Amino acid sequence: MISKDLVIIGGGPSGLCAAKMAAEAGVDSIIIDRNPKLGGQLIKQTHMFFGSEKQFAKTRGIDIATKIFTDTRVYSDLIEIWEDATVVGLYPDKVITILKQEKYIKIKAKAIIVATGASEKVLAFENNDLPGIYGAGAVQTLMNVYGVKPGNKIVMVGSGNIGLIVSYQLMQAGVKVISVIEASPKIGGYKVHASKLRRFGVDIITSCTIKKAIGTEAVEKIITVKLDEKWEEIPGAEEEIAVDAVCIAVGLTPLTGLLSMIGCKMKYVSELGGLVPITNNHETSVENVFVCGDASGIEEASSAIVEGYLAGLMASKKLGKVHSNYDELIKELKNQLDNLRNGPFGEKILHGLKKLGG
Amino acid sequence: MRIEEHPILEFRKERKKINFRFNDRPVYGFEGDTIASALHALGIKKISHSINLHRPRGFYCAIGNCSSCQMIVDGVANVKTCITLLKEGMNVKVQTNKGELYDK
Repeated sequence: MISKDLVIIGGGPSGLCAAKMAAEAGVDSIIIDRNPKLGGQLIKQTHMFFGSEKQFAKTRGIDIATKIFTDTRVYSDLIEIWEDATVVGLYPDKVITILKQEKYIKIKAKAIIVATGASEKVLAFENNDLPGIYGAGAVQTLMNVYGVKPGNKIVMVGSGNIGLIVSYQLMQAGVKVISVIEASPKIGGYKVHASKLRRFGVDIITSCTIKKAIGTEAVEKIITVKLDEKWEEIPGAEEEIAVDAVCIAVGLTPLTGLLSMIGCKMKYVSELGGLVPITNNHETSVENVFVCGDASGIEEASSAIVEGYLAGLMASKKLGKVHSNYDELIKELKNQLDNLRNGPFGEKILHGLKKLGG
Repeated sequence: MRIEEHPILEFRKERKKINFRFNDRPVYGFEGDTIASALHALGIKKISHSINLHRPRGFYCAIGNCSSCQMIVDGVANVKTCITLLKEGMNVKVQTNKGELYDK
């Protein structure tokens, strides 16, 4: 069995930034990620980020991924990277089991940072399992990482920022976006994204949802239906639309299976996307097990970056290696996080964190 | 189904071709593809079945979460094809059951 001071599960923005801070404090770590390439979901974000300069505003996600990955390479003597490796178990004695190229490996860690991110939510409707019905993130990955179009005629379900941004990215890839439908009476995402789509002739239809998908081997058409003010279907307000793909953008939920497995106390907080660990300064109820990024509650990539730095600092301190600039950095980073949560979507997150008791 | 032109991204046109087999049929993808992206580019969306009712399935998340893309690759069942990079000569098959143990 391998022994290691710090193991970071997940090499997205949060995990990478945690490793960087830990390395600055002099802590050895391994980042484990099941994907062939690190960077998490940033590697498919072709749009420019909002927020402040400190979290790379006005920079494209793909370029942020490169930047923070390069940052960790400065410490290549301290940060080991395992790509294509899946953590399959996390045990209370801090033994981590990993499947790496068909080999089963165990690591005993002194501290663990879980930065596993999130998974896409699904929506219940008839035949929602037909091929061609994809999560919005899947569509982004397919297009922006592998250069493959999900289809030629698509309907986007959900008008949050992800739904709006991915609709635009679909158009950039040469896919016809027939419409964006939204069950709520209001568009969920930023007005600037919605206006851009409308300028390009994409209808955003509110109070409308998908009722059914039709197809034999893959989706061929869908039935949408308008909803009344009680979110009930309006009889006769159905519409049939021919499509070859449907994109579901109805939000994300934290990927916390490993935290449950190791026995962290969890709580369901809808504002944070679902089941999340109860934490104190990024440490879970299991001593020396830390969490950061979307795994601790759904926010933006910018917050995941700041949380990663914080978790890296705190885990290092717990391991007896205090960053030379610890107090100042903690203060500055917490301040950044507060500022990020002061934005238009911060209210929901703050409400969720209050419910969680963090 | 490949993106021809893109305002931000550049997809190399002279990428190395990778030959593999899908249900015993010779097909190809390109270097950097996952098995699932290569199949999708060929227009193959149905890559799996539900276990009990055998309903057709494609991938859903493309990042290794949902298990909707599992196939038999070189005799090994339940391989997540959306995060498995394509390699020359791979033998990829649609899986219709829970998967069988194999001898190495």
